Amino acid sequence: MGAETGAAMSEAFNEMYDGGALRAPYRALETWRRTMPAELRALKQTEAEALFRRFGITFAVYGEGGDPDRLMPFDMFPRVFTATEWRRLERGIKQRARALNAFLADIYDRGEIVRAGRIPAGIVYCNEAYEIAVAGHRPPLGVYSHIVGIDIVRTGPEEFYVLEDNCRTPSGVSYMLENREIMMRMFPQLFQEMRIAPVDGYARLLKRTLASAAPSKCAGDPCIVVLTPGPYNSAYYEHSFLADLMGVELVEGQDLFVEGDFVWMRTTEGPQKVDVIYRRIDDAFLDPLCFRPDSALGVPGLMNVYRSGGVSICSAPGAGVADDKAVYVFVPEMIRFYLGEEPLLSNVPTWRCSEPDDLAYVLAHLDELVVKEVHGSGGYGMLIGPKADAATREAFAARLRESPANYIAQPTLALSSCPTFVDEGVAPRHVDLRPFCLVGETVELVPGGLTRVALTEGSLVVNSSQGGGVKDTWVIAE
Amino acid sequence: MLSRTAANLYWIARYLERAETTARLLDVGHRNTLLPSTGGGFRNEWAAILQAMGAAGRFAEKFGTETRQRDIETFLVFDLDNPSSVGACLSAARENARIVRTALTTQVWDAINGSWQEFRNLQRRERSQIALPDLTDWATRVTALVRGAIEATQLRDDGYHFLNLGYALERADNTARLLDVKYYVLLPSISYVGSGLDTYQWTTLLRALSAHRAYNWAYGGELTASRIAHFLILNRLFPRSLLSCAGLANESLEHLARGYGRSTPAQEAARHLLAELAEAKVEEVFDEGLHEFLTRFIAENAGLGQAVHDAYLTGEAR
Amino acid sequence: MRLTVRHVTHYRFAAPVRGAVQSHRLIPADCEGQTILDWRVEVEGALWGAAFRDGAGDQVRTMVLRGPVSEIEVAITGEVETTDTAGVLRGHREAVPPLAYRRTTRLTRPDKPIAELARAALEGREDAADLDRAHALAAAVARAIAYAPGETHASTTAAEALAQGAGVCQDHAQVLIAAASVAGLPARYVTGYLNATEDGTPHEASHAWAELHVEGLGWVGFDPANKCCTNEHYIRVGSGLDAEDAAPIRGVTRGGADEVLEVTVAVEAAQQ
Repeated sequence: MGAETGAAMSEAFNEMYDGGALRAPYRALETWRRTMPAELRALKQTEAEALFRRFGITFAVYGEGGDPDRLMPFDMFPRVFTATEWRRLERGIKQRARALNAFLADIYDRGEIVRAGRIPAGIVYCNEAYEIAVAGHRPPLGVYSHIVGIDIVRTGPEEFYVLEDNCRTPSGVSYMLENREIMMRMFPQLFQEMRIAPVDGYARLLKRTLASAAPSKCAGDPCIVVLTPGPYNSAYYEHSFLADLMGVELVEGQDLFVEGDFVWMRTTEGPQKVDVIYRRIDDAFLDPLCFRPDSALGVPGLMNVYRSGGVSICSAPGAGVADDKAVYVFVPEMIRFYLGEEPLLSNVPTWRCSEPDDLAYVLAHLDELVVKEVHGSGGYGMLIGPKADAATREAFAARLRESPANYIAQPTLALSSCPTFVDEGVAPRHVDLRPFCLVGETVELVPGGLTRVALTEGSLVVNSSQGGGVKDTWVIAE
Repeated sequence: MLSRTAANLYWIARYLERAETTARLLDVGHRNTLLPSTGGGFRNEWAAILQAMGAAGRFAEKFGTETRQRDIETFLVFDLDNPSSVGACLSAARENARIVRTALTTQVWDAINGSWQEFRNLQRRERSQIALPDLTDWATRVTALVRGAIEATQLRDDGYHFLNLGYALERADNTARLLDVKYYVLLPSISYVGSGLDTYQWTTLLRALSAHRAYNWAYGGELTASRIAHFLILNRLFPRSLLSCAGLANESLEHLARGYGRSTPAQEAARHLLAELAEAKVEEVFDEGLHEFLTRFIAENAGLGQAVHDAYLTGEAR
Repeated sequence: MRLTVRHVTHYRFAAPVRGAVQSHRLIPADCEGQTILDWRVEVEGALWGAAFRDGAGDQVRTMVLRGPVSEIEVAITGEVETTDTAGVLRGHREAVPPLAYRRTTRLTRPDKPIAELARAALEGREDAADLDRAHALAAAVARAIAYAPGETHASTTAAEALAQGAGVCQDHAQVLIAAASVAGLPARYVTGYLNATEDGTPHEASHAWAELHVEGLGWVGFDPANKCCTNEHYIRVGSGLDAEDAAPIRGVTRGGADEVLEVTVAVEAAQQ
């Protein structure tokens, strides 16, 4: 994941000052910024950090030395969308989430899109993320990816591009909720002036979405749990936060067991049947009897219960094939095929290096392109052509020729920037956006998302593991 | 409640209580070293303390056979490899608390997390600047702070009762061991019973349990083995007596049984333990032999712990 | 041919374990050339989970034993009517597209010698039909690996087995899968039974082989260990990407202890 594309800051669209003119949604913030004394700003920044620490909002980094509980750098300058902008984004995001789910339901069933020749069979079925173990199994509602995180970048007033889709277990929603909580505590007057659409309905919608995915065998209120790899996982805080907000148990694999037709949770009152598992662990670790036999994080026998309809797993095992970077290229085609609509959000033009013509083009234009690993994430294993020196490009070209199918390439986009507090005051920094779309009986999107910001001047990498921070994302209420 | 959550809460309490006991033992040892040498007798109180904790071997491996106070201090307070050290217990309590963060109130979490942060600060300070009594005071203060936060803010739900169960079982075990240490480990030989050394050690023990003034109020000040045994085993008013601990364990388990609408072998074991103590007379304890009585109690208390584990903490009981 | 099977797998634990969970892929499915007349899987004290047919058409079932467990005996008895289909799998209901079996695993990943073996086998056959190429690969694997029990173990990879030049049916099957992947043919690992009584030579009655997907024919069973395609002497039970994935029994115990495994299998032609 990551907005690893871009161009010089001067060419980038500034979301606050378009060609020097203050854009409407930022009007109140301009006054706020101008009239805030430097001391107050420093004070507020300290206060924000203290609040994050106090809430325990840290991401754990073990094995690198230093304090394992780190704070995500938080920038107080919010990023703002108008109601009109958001309406457009919302329609595009929901459309995409629906198409991705239709695709998953199709390829684990009849594979009509492949039969119709709209996507090459090899890209789907030879994909490591295509789970043979769930072929032919239809999950409740036919939904595979219940939480779709879609990474979006902006290059102009009207230009939005989808950088990638996250159909497995997208993380970061706890920052969306906590950033808002902290901004409301620190700057209540801004919220009174600006009428910002609330995001705190997310937990309720998430719970409703998960409940709607309950197996048909489940009578009454389904028992929902959040399955975490444990406190040493970097996103443990988020797992515990979401479980707490929904009022459901946060479990580890060892808390669950399989017996008869169902999955049970070990409680002080004896075994309790579990109906829906919101899992935050990868497919490979879910069940040592089906996937990796050495997994101690999963539940032995879970997949058998899942496949015989005794429990729902969200997102469904096998959902990952839809967010593969080679499959990404075909999402607009999915939208046309399944929904009969034109895509409302564009893909970034992408060259698939598995295709000889594309590979030749990419090798000839390495200095202009961003090259990414098909299965990579977190901003690792990629080349930002314009920023790399000749030797690095040459080394990367060798890897490309060695295994072209592992790579895709995209042009460097002029990623939009947003005002960000820096030592000297306020300066533009590149941003991207990850909204979280919920897919159950209905498709829901809270007005907001996680805005990630590259805190280093000129940097295009927004990943928290590589010097990125977060901002609160505001949508002005209609 | 998830069995693992119950187990985490139960162990938070046990570790905090254990941290406190280690600190109190350190205090007992320290006060004993202040006693003028009795000449010819068994003089190494530190060795006795280590023996009582079952940690003599681990200590010797790390620091050799000589028991210098500074090493003991390091071992019992700062050494994170020693599972009974104050630091190791606070760390384990905090780790358990972090896992069940959402089952604790902010105040309780702050108190537990704060105790660990303070410990980290102490670790960084020049050791010679910290007086040993300050260390033990600090340890008893932070553990009391957590206990207070629990009492003042935790919801009286099953989680609260598991915390109390942890406290009750660990405290009973510790009181029994401290008493046993005094009687059978510290005193050089049986001929010292009733001597000045004997009396001094009893006082030390009571001080270590923050109980010497309470004892004076209740028993008029005269120190005899049977009165002290009565106080520490059978007194209903003293919160660390075995009877009070068994009472708390029983009460917590009764709450759980009512809440869950289901009784388990743990309730039976707790009722049995309580009934036995409630009817016991101090003469009977001495007839059986104090050491024998305490050994049996420690085993029964551990049996209750096992019953709690089987009934609630594994999630396998049906 | 009517075949009877009696297959007992016996686990004994050094110390009782707190419980056991197993996923069984032990029940053959009806298809052309194979009609199940009777099939029973029995485990004393077992709590059975719902049975279902997975995407590859295999019947899967969960078996749970509550602790303490000191031994587990999985006893299979069955009777199957078979006919020779020249190895071709027909009438088998499955949802997995053959292309999904183009991928390799840790156990079936081809190394340079396997790639070389495949290239040599296919030399001059570049334009040949899939079936000819599959036969050539199976023959090459049979030549390259001598049947030698005890030389390899359950987690020996295809590359290691070829390097040793010796192995058992599992190794033959996995090397063939690896070689097929070099040739771009979908291939998978199949477990089942082999009637060993016919020619009197020793076989492993509990057997494994490979299926290669051949354009026009579909899945075809190749048994390099016996240099033939599967026929009426074979009972097909389950499949997967490799030996681990296709394992008839996958299980874990709680409170692990050393286990001793004993297996006895007998497959015989029934008295007519």
